Amino acid sequence: MAEKSFLDEVKKERKQWEEKNSTKNNDKKFTTISGMEIKDLYTPIDTADINYFRDINFPGEYPYTRGVRPTMYRGRMWTMRQFSGFATPRLTNERYKFLLARGQTGLSVAYDMPTLMGYDSDHPFSKGEVGICGVAVDSLKDMEILFDGISLKDISTSMTINGPAPIIFAFYVACAEKQNASLQNLRGTCQTDILKEYMAQKEWIFPPQPSMRLIVDMMKFCTQNMPKYNYVSISGYHIREAGSTAVQELAFTLADGFAYVEAGLKAGLEIDEFAPRLSFFFNSHLDFFEEIAKFRAARRIWARHMRERYKARKPESWLLRFHTQTAGVSLTAQQPENNIIRTAFEALAAVLGGTQSLHTNSMDETWALPTEKAAQIALRTQQLIAYETGVANTVDPLGGSYFIESLTNKMEQEAEKYFEEIEKRGGVIKCLEEGYFQKEIAEAAYRYQQELEKKEKIIVGINEFVIENEKLDMPILKIDESTEKEQLESINKVKQMRDNDKVRRALEDLKKAASNSENTIPRLIECAKCYATEGEITEVLKSVFGEYHEPAWF
Amino acid sequence: MERKIRVLLAKPGLDGHDRGVKVIAAAMRDAGLEVIYLGLRQTPEMVVEAAVQEDVDAIGLSILSGAHMTLFPQTVELLKQKGAGRIILFGGGIIPQEDMDKLEKMGVGKLFGPGTTTGEIIEYIKSATRGRRKEEAIF
Repeated sequence: MAEKSFLDEVKKERKQWEEKNSTKNNDKKFTTISGMEIKDLYTPIDTADINYFRDINFPGEYPYTRGVRPTMYRGRMWTMRQFSGFATPRLTNERYKFLLARGQTGLSVAYDMPTLMGYDSDHPFSKGEVGICGVAVDSLKDMEILFDGISLKDISTSMTINGPAPIIFAFYVACAEKQNASLQNLRGTCQTDILKEYMAQKEWIFPPQPSMRLIVDMMKFCTQNMPKYNYVSISGYHIREAGSTAVQELAFTLADGFAYVEAGLKAGLEIDEFAPRLSFFFNSHLDFFEEIAKFRAARRIWARHMRERYKARKPESWLLRFHTQTAGVSLTAQQPENNIIRTAFEALAAVLGGTQSLHTNSMDETWALPTEKAAQIALRTQQLIAYETGVANTVDPLGGSYFIESLTNKMEQEAEKYFEEIEKRGGVIKCLEEGYFQKEIAEAAYRYQQELEKKEKIIVGINEFVIENEKLDMPILKIDESTEKEQLESINKVKQMRDNDKVRRALEDLKKAASNSENTIPRLIECAKCYATEGEITEVLKSVFGEYHEPAWF
Repeated sequence: MERKIRVLLAKPGLDGHDRGVKVIAAAMRDAGLEVIYLGLRQTPEMVVEAAVQEDVDAIGLSILSGAHMTLFPQTVELLKQKGAGRIILFGGGIIPQEDMDKLEKMGVGKLFGPGTTTGEIIEYIKSATRGRRKEEAIF
């Protein structure tokens, strides 16, 4: 903390400076993309309350404001992990090999809508949606094709799957075992974050209570058998995409994190057993400094709550490790080449914010899943930041900036206000059921749209710098009907070659486990191994847990 | 007094991206339209059933999942079957121009892409409804 006499002098000098330069005659408000007001200038006065050791400290030291590792990117570069999946497992496998050959260092699977919702490709609801938004996976067979020739023991793999997470996780585990990979050493992440589904992404299957029970099953299974695996990735990405502000993304995500911690404790686990494998996933949007402050604040808040509120003793339990994806919602369909530049700014913010892994969006993604060329440019953007710009040479280069530190404090304070509000309203699940988060997010999205329409905020190519009658001049990846056909043939073949009696018995065992308090994960792995399909397994679980239906708010 | 314009909005299919449809629902409400939002995971049958029961002037479908070439034609067909062809069917989402042209030929109304203002959509609904009501008054 600074000397009082020095601060008094800065205050006096600042006033004189304002008068001399008449900097105060401008009534215009300057705000971040989230509507947070930003001052004209930040000085030592704005950081006067900060205690370096208490609030910032060294990287790798509590409260980790500057980063979770002492050496950060000097020790190891972030993982370049492009979220990818389209059409059939066969075609996606080819794309993975293409990306790995070009220097990608981790995998991340994007599943199609039917898979995300627990339907097989041959379900009537799947018509027209097979392989469109991601890759179609119906059974272990598809998982085997997806990772054919890719050694799961050597590469960390992340999977975006939530409603049916334990089922797809079981396919993955069964697949890894077939490759003779030891579960003890398997690295990767399963998103499994159902709370943000109810809040924002809306890809749920079961109601909140049984969904939380399934997560606790994953937590217990992984704690015992897969110590290097992140069984949940607590995600703000989708909350932000649905229209929240940066503070809401930060606060709602961490509130979800606390809810998982409390679920684990309630199930009788020790905090230091399961907390080290909780991981996070944030959005990196366009407002550069706001994003950097958000990442720094997230680490500090998590560390403080884990140590002080939940009494975790192991430093690993205090660490907020996170993946980042650049903001899909910030991309424009108009003049799509500009998206390369937007993505680069957002990726740079994530790196300056200390991310552990990163996905950069492709320029064509407002139109469809990316072409090979667009995906390559997106990956190259990360490689440019890592190896050409020099920003990875030192840890937390913006630490100590009056502006960044002050904004980091502000993000933390605003998030704490939300935690209090959520607590007052009866906790995360109560708030979800009453639509509190959903309404907060929808209001923020509406406010932002109004700002765009009044031109209070400018988006290049949308409400300013528009090209009239612009023609799209960019190749777009098309998924044709052959995908659905190939997938239907494949699922039929699986059902013919497997031992159907064995499938029936495995599904019955699963039903028993789900109906009492037995851990469902080993049963799910059994189902996976005898090639029960995702849809069959989901039906069994629905018969026990029921289905979630959201009231329609706007 | 002229009856308020009634619009039914819904998200058919498995797609959960409801940011856009909610923004449009709020903007229509603020512009004085009567909005019925059915929510997510509606089948074309559910949408058409509700539209007929609620006697709406227009149906707006939001589809960002790429399943538009399945869901719009099904809805058009059902509206015809129910004798509700007077209801304007419009929509929005990620829909390539060539698909928009094809859907228009099948009888779908205007389809709005990314970057559209809420004002444009409201203007369209107002003028299309006015036109439709005039036609009905004549016949």
